[in-house]
Amino acid sequence: MTALLQILFDALSLGSLYALAAIGIALIFGVMRLVNFAHGDYISFCVFALLWPSIEATAFVFAGQLPPYLLIPVILTVGACLSMLSEILVFRRFRNANPATMMIASFALGFVIKYTLLMLFSSRPKSIDLWPSLSLPVEIFDARIPLLQVITIVITIVILIALVAFLKRTRFGLEMRAAAENFTMARMLGVRANAVILLAFAISGMLAASIGLILVTQTGTVDIQMGSSVMLVAFIATVIGGLGSLPGAVVAGFLIGGVSVLMQVILPFDIRPFRDAFVYGAVIAVLIWRPNGLFMPRSAKQRV
Amino acid sequence: MTLLTIDAITVNYGRLIALRNASLTLSQGETLFITGPNGAGKSTLLKAIAGVVVPKAGTIRFAGLEIGGWAPEDIARRGFSMVPEGRHVFGSLTIEENLRLGVGMRVDKDAAERDLEHIYSVFPMLEERRHQAAGVLSGGQQQMLVIGRALMANPQLIAIDEPSLGLAPKVIDDVYAVLLKLRDTRGLTLLIVEQSSARATMTGGRMLLLRGGEIVLEGDARELTRSDALKAAYFGYGEQH
Ligand SMILES: Nc1ncnc2c1ncn2[C@@H]1O[C@H](COP(=O)(O)OP(=O)(O)OP(=O)(O)O)[C@@H](O)[C@H]1O
Ligand SMILES: [Mg+2]
Repeated sequence: MTALLQILFDALSLGSLYALAAIGIALIFGVMRLVNFAHGDYISFCVFALLWPSIEATAFVFAGQLPPYLLIPVILTVGACLSMLSEILVFRRFRNANPATMMIASFALGFVIKYTLLMLFSSRPKSIDLWPSLSLPVEIFDARIPLLQVITIVITIVILIALVAFLKRTRFGLEMRAAAENFTMARMLGVRANAVILLAFAISGMLAASIGLILVTQTGTVDIQMGSSVMLVAFIATVIGGLGSLPGAVVAGFLIGGVSVLMQVILPFDIRPFRDAFVYGAVIAVLIWRPNGLFMPRSAKQRV
Repeated sequence: MTLLTIDAITVNYGRLIALRNASLTLSQGETLFITGPNGAGKSTLLKAIAGVVVPKAGTIRFAGLEIGGWAPEDIARRGFSMVPEGRHVFGSLTIEENLRLGVGMRVDKDAAERDLEHIYSVFPMLEERRHQAAGVLSGGQQQMLVIGRALMANPQLIAIDEPSLGLAPKVIDDVYAVLLKLRDTRGLTLLIVEQSSARATMTGGRMLLLRGGEIVLEGDARELTRSDALKAAYFGYGEQH
């Protein structure tokens, strides 16, 4: 029972990260038909924003010293600004370009961000102890669960609820859903394209920042690669969920998290290092079974 | 008062010229029908006004401003409502959400609520199913929805691309009754694309015939249909072979 609970929390907290990242990608894809491969680098960037630029091996903590009630808004703002800037400076110019061109542009932007970080901080991972008290375990039905896992799951649930409320209850949310389904028609009804897209980027950037904060607290390290691995899984999750479908992205994010943790447990010990081969094997199987993903959004069908 | 002036616009899709040197003017409260065979450029003309396609040459003035090159949302916000061909309901949004999308640019929220009630009174079916996803509606119901949605913006000019397509005659009557009433009470200006001239003859108003991307005939709808000029121009009779 306690082992089961532990697995459950492992799966949910890993799935949370993937789900948050997948929504960030699906949101942008919804309004722009852009798969933003720079998203992972937004995550890294937000994490590095905790530090002063320096190529030393030791970390000079900067924003990371702020109390949480300041630190969290600051990092969220960093994420939102970076994401909105990339829309204004880069993606806006590709608005009418074909999807492949936009995707390449996002790859290029990702590299620009990555190498900027590399220049400022060097490639050495640095350790940082953000909120050490969160790694203490809490007892839930005799199982010792790291507090951070519980918080990750709770935060994800809160973010999901807030996002649903935003999409369903606000004017901007309504416009965003309409734009995701048929952008040209939405514009003909007076929906401001630039505002909706910018807002989607802002939300996506804040999601990236949240992931960054969770990751850095979990691992205690700051590393240029840390965003990329999440991004890859999140991208797969958005495809499995049905590109552009937000519920699909969430479900698929949790699914991949769950399967990964499950494989880790049930695979024979010798094979465990090759777990990812099994996870991605399952991905291929799902895509053969449902090439358009588990949930195909309406927008995939019609476009003016 | 002149509401819309189109002066010698030309629209290309790549190398294909869809509209050549087209000009027209439209006064407030007027009804203008655009008719013509398939591929004549009727939809292209509406899309050019809406800002969805940008003319290669020529100017468009709407409500006193030169709108050439404006974004579709800015043109909509000046009071131009467009119902494009192919309906385009937001299938995942509810019927009411679809209707409310049209009011985003309005400041007179009370009047917008009254307009919503009005749309519901004309199309009671929409009210009954207001909280259902619009995707479940039949084609005819979707057509009512998109026309209702366009009216929710309280436009000065509404352009509708083939409103009769796929609708039962009774529903077509209803739709036209709503439009004509708004024209007469609020001075709504109507720009309607119809393949056939039958409606134009019934309703009256001006008519314009497009063929091969050019405006080949223009005049009073009833007079044009009475004479043989329309038929001749529609099919291209009487020209050098
Ligand atoms: N997006 C597009 N890309 C390329 N060519 C187009 C496009 N849209 C229309 N065309 C072409 O432009 C010409 C005019 O098309 P348009 O849709 O304006 O005609 P229409 O009069 O509305 O026809 P219909 O009665 O069939 O609706 C046609 O030859 C059409 O094939
Ligand atoms: Mg047409």
